[in-house]
Amino acid sequence: MKKIYAQEKYCIGCRLCEVYCSAVHSEYPNDLVKAFNRSKIVPTPRVKVEEDRPLSFAMQCRHCDEPHCLKACITGAMYRDEESGAILNDAERCVGCWTCIVACPYGGIFRDESKSKVVAKCDYCLDQGDPACVKNCPNGALKIEEGGE
Amino acid sequence: MTLSMNTPEFLVERNLDRCIKCQVCVGQCANEVHKYDKETDSLSCEDLACVGCHRCVTLCPTHALTIKKFPLEFRTNANWTPSTINAIYKQAESGGILLTGMGNDKPYPIYWDHLLLNASQVTNPSIDPLREPMEVKTYLGRKPDKLDFSDGELLTEIAPQVELELPIMFSAMSFGSISLNAVKSLAAAAKEVGTMFNTGEGGLHQDLYSYGDNAIVQVASGRFGVHSQYLEAGTAIEIKIGQGAKPGIGGHLPGEKVGREVSETRMIPEGSDALSPAPHHDIYSIEDLRQLIYSLKEATRYKKPVAVKIAAVHNVAAIASGIARAGADIITIDGFRGGTGATPLRTRDNVGIPIELALAAVDSRLRNESIRHQVSLVVAGSLRNSADVMKAIALGADAVYIASSALLALGCHMCQKCYTGKCNWGIATQDPNLVKRLNPEIGAQRAANLLRAWKHEIKEMLGGMGINAIESLRGNRLMLRGVGLSDRDLEILGVKAAGE
Amino acid sequence: MQYVIVGNSAAAIGAVESIRNYDTENPILVISDEPYHTYSRPLISYYLTGLRDEESIMYRPKNFYDRYKVETMLGRRVEAVVTEKKQLKLDNQEIISYNKLLIATGGKPFLPPIEGATGPDIYNFIKLDDAKDLKEVAQPGKSAVVIGGGLIGLKVAEGLLKNEVAVTVVDLAPQLLNSILDAAGAGIVKKCLEKKGMEFHLGTTAKTIQNFGERKIVGLADGKEVVADFVVVAVGVVPNKHLVEDTDIKVNRGIVTDHAMGTSVEGIFAAGDVAENYDVLFGQNRVIPILPNAYEQGQVAGANMAGQKSVYPGGFAKNAIGFFGLSMVTAGITTAPDETFQEYSSQPTEDRYLKVVIKEGKLVGFVRINAVDRSGILTGLLMQQKDVTDLIPQLISEEIGLIDLPQDLRKARLKGDAVQ
Repeated sequence: MKKIYAQEKYCIGCRLCEVYCSAVHSEYPNDLVKAFNRSKIVPTPRVKVEEDRPLSFAMQCRHCDEPHCLKACITGAMYRDEESGAILNDAERCVGCWTCIVACPYGGIFRDESKSKVVAKCDYCLDQGDPACVKNCPNGALKIEEGGE
Repeated sequence: MTLSMNTPEFLVERNLDRCIKCQVCVGQCANEVHKYDKETDSLSCEDLACVGCHRCVTLCPTHALTIKKFPLEFRTNANWTPSTINAIYKQAESGGILLTGMGNDKPYPIYWDHLLLNASQVTNPSIDPLREPMEVKTYLGRKPDKLDFSDGELLTEIAPQVELELPIMFSAMSFGSISLNAVKSLAAAAKEVGTMFNTGEGGLHQDLYSYGDNAIVQVASGRFGVHSQYLEAGTAIEIKIGQGAKPGIGGHLPGEKVGREVSETRMIPEGSDALSPAPHHDIYSIEDLRQLIYSLKEATRYKKPVAVKIAAVHNVAAIASGIARAGADIITIDGFRGGTGATPLRTRDNVGIPIELALAAVDSRLRNESIRHQVSLVVAGSLRNSADVMKAIALGADAVYIASSALLALGCHMCQKCYTGKCNWGIATQDPNLVKRLNPEIGAQRAANLLRAWKHEIKEMLGGMGINAIESLRGNRLMLRGVGLSDRDLEILGVKAAGE
Repeated sequence: MQYVIVGNSAAAIGAVESIRNYDTENPILVISDEPYHTYSRPLISYYLTGLRDEESIMYRPKNFYDRYKVETMLGRRVEAVVTEKKQLKLDNQEIISYNKLLIATGGKPFLPPIEGATGPDIYNFIKLDDAKDLKEVAQPGKSAVVIGGGLIGLKVAEGLLKNEVAVTVVDLAPQLLNSILDAAGAGIVKKCLEKKGMEFHLGTTAKTIQNFGERKIVGLADGKEVVADFVVVAVGVVPNKHLVEDTDIKVNRGIVTDHAMGTSVEGIFAAGDVAENYDVLFGQNRVIPILPNAYEQGQVAGANMAGQKSVYPGGFAKNAIGFFGLSMVTAGITTAPDETFQEYSSQPTEDRYLKVVIKEGKLVGFVRINAVDRSGILTGLLMQQKDVTDLIPQLISEEIGLIDLPQDLRKARLKGDAVQ
């Protein structure tokens, strides 16, 4: 299936992917200013920019074929969306036990600071068209494609 | 440390209602203008460090930033302007030559803006380029005195030519003065659109040999990166005598920009300064130049046109005549507005002559001497848009070189700080943190788009004149009229005044 | 062709989902002695605290059995398996035939030799029914003794405390969470729970439980006595393997399984807390009673039951737990068993502690208290058994990232290459 791939050589570490990811998962998905300045707690971005200059890259869920998180989930909240193939977390069912966080060797699942005891992970912005991180990467460093670099 | 009298050039304003403290500006400014204070959870600006490159403004996702001229007024003085005064403060502090980047920014007359193009009305029909063929293909190189045929077969041997899909090339910019990603962008764009990029005096990076068919390889006074494989790789060879931004001066690349890849490409030790001598020390005369031209032709078995590039200076017409007679196939003339990665400010702003006048003078001179066909003329030194290109061709150029325009397409914001190596747009820098800001795939697209757009416009304007081939515009000064020019200017340009 | 699965928890569900990947036709029968739709066992502690109700601890949606075409016999206990005839005997004497059988009967409470350890007001904490019973008696103002300071003991203790029950925890080991945490980490947990009012008797054990009017007296080995309204025995779980007693299915501590999760009898598989399989860190067969392993073993078993060639690579313990906002993750070996192992850790503070255990340059275990984020990156290193000698400072820093990995591993992670 399609995955979001980070091209290290073009990632400029600006963190706009994180900014837009937080915003689209906030109460104000289309308004950055409100998303950041009116949300009580800004949602944790589901993409993480790692940087050790000059190296940097943006990393999010790999939506694995054999997802460790899904196997480890104690509640059944983690599931594969049949239509898209994406691994999604049902916030209603998630209890925030963090077992998926310790299970994911990619470090692609995060604690959602804006909600108590729920994990946040990339959902491909399924209801928004292209993922916000990909759309807003100023340098084309994030690509969504089948088996990329 | 004593008091510095330097004051900010720019004022950075942050709209706090819009700022979301994402700190993108902090990370993006190589000049460290923006700072985040964790203790107070607030952002501040160091205006003095701002060069006005707009990187932060462009990347700020909420458009919370504005850059203004720093509102600091000196007592009005038409002679002692703020920039003259500040230059003295700087030199009093540093004791050094003032450096700058890009082209001359002084308000000298811009002749392009005093030349107007013609169009057809009634007596000859204009042409719609969307409906009818329009030829802008251009060949650079020596043309034969005459053509001999036998039974319809061409007997004359044609000298090697550079074939261009449009009469616009990317001017010489070395890997070193600009980043590898910038060179890659231009090389890929040249390939896509069917034109040439020029290596400058930086050699040809290994990754770029695949773009050899679209490369003009330069041989300059430092001979950096020159070897037989390099000469073979390009479609044409250009001997650089001078450039418009610093006539009479060689290029200087400081050692800190000579990293592993630059060092390998230029064949010099890592970290060593790459200082090109002001003259070629083996060329003190036209005869010497002829030797180098023929050495290079010999080395490449007469398969590649050899160009000679000079800055537009006072005696440009006579010099060009000498170059043509020395055996050059192409003469490149770089006007006094030509850009650079680094040049002494006073040289840039005060040496050389406008390309428009130089071009007209050279074209006229070569025609008068009946040797115009022996060389192609390529002009550089601030072609800002497709109309400038049209005017240059009408004045007699075969093609033009663009560099500043091309870099603007890649993201350059004309801050003129190329020489600092801190180009926030990843162009004039070797800092790996900054270089990767320019994704050559995106850069190539943008540069190629610019050429395509200009090509469309050129066809439109040609059609308007009722001309269906760029060849028919070349040296066709009747298609030009001057406005606001003196009789002397008009005479040199060889164009009539508007209304005549 | 009939698939029969005994058990209805993670391993069973893993098997069902896996079988249906390959075989959408043949019938699957799930038999469980619990009358409930599949639910998550770890969530019974959330049930006890009231954070979840019976509905919301379901492990799979209501329509699960329909969707996966599963027949169920819930509330039916399998008494025996007759391997020669490929049959199961149920508690109502019914006989069920199978072609492929999965035993996923999980664990049952380990009952230590305590005098008077059965009877009214003495509880366990394994099943939903246990939680329901406890919820009844866990009234504010009551008091309880929890025997066992391990994962289950502390989760029940926390749950009771949140129900305003006064709790005393007794454990034979000198530290809490002996099986998953080292002494320093356990000390942090203990302090946190003490602050909330929990009391502890560690390094001693309960010997007797006697009635004291309406209440209970728990007599400890060190001579002390604790009085409480009720007692929870939560010393641990042992494989619930009664089904295979007196059969030729090989049993050690748990049912012995191979790489295909098959038992010693062809056509019979076992998975989850009832099974023992290879522990890649200890280098020997062990029962690792945690849900992720159960599900994965079930998945492998299911695939093989459906005729695939699926291999269980072995497992290791990994746990994520929290008490009153103190969250932690641990995996593998958390205390160096001998001098061939090295320990590296941060200075433990009141609420933060990071530790790794290394053997021959490879990561074999870690503890991260209040530093949960991205801990899976360590799990990945643990799985891959790559040399991490150069990474040790990063491994015990809170800011671990993929960027800290060697380039080949980092690139593989970014690409999404499977980690096994």
